[in-house]
Amino acid sequence: MSATRVVEEWTLEPLEHFVTESGARLTLLMTPAGQVLAQHGFTRAVDVMAAAALGAAVFSSSGEIAYLLGDTEFATVHHGGARHGIFLGGFTMPHGRLLALVVYGDDTTIGLVQLFFDELVRALAAVAPRQERQRPVLAADFERELNDSLASLFGR
Amino acid sequence: MSDRFGEALDRITRVGGVLGALLVSAEDGLIVSDALMEGVRGPAVAALAASLARRCGLVAGAADVGVIRFLHLQGTDGILTIVPAREGTLLVSVGSSEMNVGLARLEMLRAVEVAP
Repeated sequence: MSATRVVEEWTLEPLEHFVTESGARLTLLMTPAGQVLAQHGFTRAVDVMAAAALGAAVFSSSGEIAYLLGDTEFATVHHGGARHGIFLGGFTMPHGRLLALVVYGDDTTIGLVQLFFDELVRALAAVAPRQERQRPVLAADFERELNDSLASLFGR
Repeated sequence: MSDRFGEALDRITRVGGVLGALLVSAEDGLIVSDALMEGVRGPAVAALAASLARRCGLVAGAADVGVIRFLHLQGTDGILTIVPAREGTLLVSVGSSEMNVGLARLEMLRAVEVAP
């Protein structure tokens, strides 16, 4: 079974290509608010939710630093560790901003991740729906939609 | 980057057929310094050259031929050469099919001696 699961079907092929080429171990595609569109490599829902929330927070925090420096935001943020690194990249799709969180190991490099991230953005832009369906956010629907998303992401 | 190394990169690019030279972090695949002609995709070359060097290093180890001193990739439309430099960096040159590989190699080895 593929380790890539998506809520938004159009993200599947570009994401699978990105993971194969970049050597990424874990990848999340999400909104800046941390709502997950697709994931690769995660096996537990709680990990996805924590990574999405923390990744979105890191990107948002770094954006504030960029703002202090007179920039609108940092296009990408990279944290290098001894065995793993994380890469956060923001990009704009026709229906809004998205964020990619990539965890990679010592079998690839930040240069390769960045290179294929640029390709991922181009590939997503080519297949993204032009306009997102406008839906009212109702508290009554929230839990059901959350459960639907988690079911899509973990095949349950 | 020291001026000395910048000059060394410039000397490599003056070799016939060379389209650009880069100093790349072997671990990150990111450019440390470059002297590139327009049209050369520096970040892509840096990332993929670092990946290639890493894999070739594994092959060299498996074949028991020691550490890599010089890599020469001959494509249908051009040439890529890589020389490991100091402090975990790689010196990479990209050229057309007419690139003078021998002279480029000499300049690259000279450049490695002055690398920071």
